[in-house]
Amino acid sequence: MRPEAQVSRILFLAATVVGVLLTLAILWFMVRLGLPLFSTHSLRLLLTQDWAPDRGLYGIFPFICGSGAVVSLSLLLAFPLSLGNAVLIHLLAPRHLARILYQMVKMMTGVPTVIYGFVGIFLLVPLVREWFSRGSGMSVLSAGILLALLIAPTMILVFLESFAAVSTSHLRALEALGGTRRQKLVHVILPGARRGIITGFLLASGRAVGDTMIALMVAGNAVATPESILDPVRTLTAHIALVMAADFDSMEFKTIFACGITLYLWTAILTLSLRFLHFKATKTSMQVGHEQSF
Amino acid sequence: MSRVFDYLLYLFAWGSGLILVGAFAVFMGFLLSQGLPALDSSLLFGRTGMVDALLLQRVVIDGLLPALVGTLLLIFLALAAAVPFGLGAGIYLAEYAGKSSKALFSLVFDLLAGVPSIVIGLFGFSLTVFLHKRFTFITPCLLISALALALLILPYLIRSTQTALEELPATLRLTAAALGADQATTIRLVLLPQAAAGILSGIVLAIGRAAEDTAVIMLTGVVVSAGIPRSLFNSFEALPFYIYNAASQFSNQQELQRGFGAALILLILCGLLFTLAWLLRKKVTARLLYHH
Repeated sequence: MRPEAQVSRILFLAATVVGVLLTLAILWFMVRLGLPLFSTHSLRLLLTQDWAPDRGLYGIFPFICGSGAVVSLSLLLAFPLSLGNAVLIHLLAPRHLARILYQMVKMMTGVPTVIYGFVGIFLLVPLVREWFSRGSGMSVLSAGILLALLIAPTMILVFLESFAAVSTSHLRALEALGGTRRQKLVHVILPGARRGIITGFLLASGRAVGDTMIALMVAGNAVATPESILDPVRTLTAHIALVMAADFDSMEFKTIFACGITLYLWTAILTLSLRFLHFKATKTSMQVGHEQSF
Repeated sequence: MSRVFDYLLYLFAWGSGLILVGAFAVFMGFLLSQGLPALDSSLLFGRTGMVDALLLQRVVIDGLLPALVGTLLLIFLALAAAVPFGLGAGIYLAEYAGKSSKALFSLVFDLLAGVPSIVIGLFGFSLTVFLHKRFTFITPCLLISALALALLILPYLIRSTQTALEELPATLRLTAAALGADQATTIRLVLLPQAAAGILSGIVLAIGRAAEDTAVIMLTGVVVSAGIPRSLFNSFEALPFYIYNAASQFSNQQELQRGFGAALILLILCGLLFTLAWLLRKKVTARLLYHH
């Protein structure tokens, strides 16, 4: 290899290594700065205690529950909604309507989350307050609905991609046998797209866990563990944003690193499950490679 | 029996479609009806004259100009920092990496893509504290925010560069090799120009990501009122943060109106970037079809 070619190879490798080091540095920095916390508080206490700095309690349990509640609700709403829309676009809607719907979904993926939060405060929160005439309207419900709108487009697009990848030979066979569109969907498309459906679900849940602005703006940020979907909650992400204003050396401040580590690990587990899913997929597709080659 | 099932399926799919379209229409309608009346030149420049404001003669106090300029500066600096690394790593993964190192590196970049933006912001903040102990002039500022945003968009740039190169037809590589070009020359003169539109569409999407993100800059130097920053080490204003702040801190109807105006401007900015990326993507697809 000419020296010049060698140089460009090394430069490209260097760029890659810098990226990898930065990814590891994020975790390292948080562990390093969060360490003083673990010397006085055991991990178990930190993860299970309430948050009440005035009584010396610095547990992040309520925020883990807060994130869990908001994310679960948003997935519960967005999953059927997305599946329905994907079926509509792929199978049921007339061609031009399906195309318009598809473009709208694509456009929705570009809407900034801070705008969902902003509109949510002035449109959805007052509605929730009136409907249930309880509390301020800032609640798990409001945040869950907005997050569902945020993540649904991602899910729909992944679902559609996996529907389109379903083996056409099976579809043709079913058509030849006189199968209806419902039979096509239930017996060929959905089973064939199972892995894509799980992928979309995991990707969307990662987005929901990591979102800060919607929860920060419309979930109410209360520090208690939520008991109903009308309760206000604080998520892990919102806690980090809110405590930033506090003094650097305080215990409160150090807990945000525990939140950061929890979020990092939570999303890492989702990423790893996606990897595992696709690793298994490539293995099986190698075994049944002859079918995939159509 | 199966009739009933058919009807239920139709009801479910059309119902879902209706809910999604309805929700989006209500969302857009509300934003437009509240935001459009606010869109005039005083939205950007406040009570300061347009010429004075653009020439930095006078400070804009109650307009969006400093926030808009802040966002544009952030985008520019974040791109300047992230593009060389994003392209470099993308090229390495697509053209040089062996099978196992490619799997390992992609896994790490997938992890990075999954890291919530607030955690990236926290990293940027920690880095500032760390640097501040050694160099006291470093505080949360434009430069730190831009670097943190660069880290946020890095995985997108890597992935889009890698994909753009990998989806090029194999005949291109074979032809270049047959003509006696070595790998570096092939990449520089054949593959990169062919993949340019795809790479560019990835960059445009990354710009959108950098423009809309609020969590990262919240922890690394954005403030409510700073004017147009005069150096990299100043704090700054930005559109998404302006919107967030307007929602919680507005004291009169006019300030709220400006919040809606800002939301609409950000939406239009992101919409334009999105359309640009889509057009570039379409160009790529057309060219790939032509090649086959």
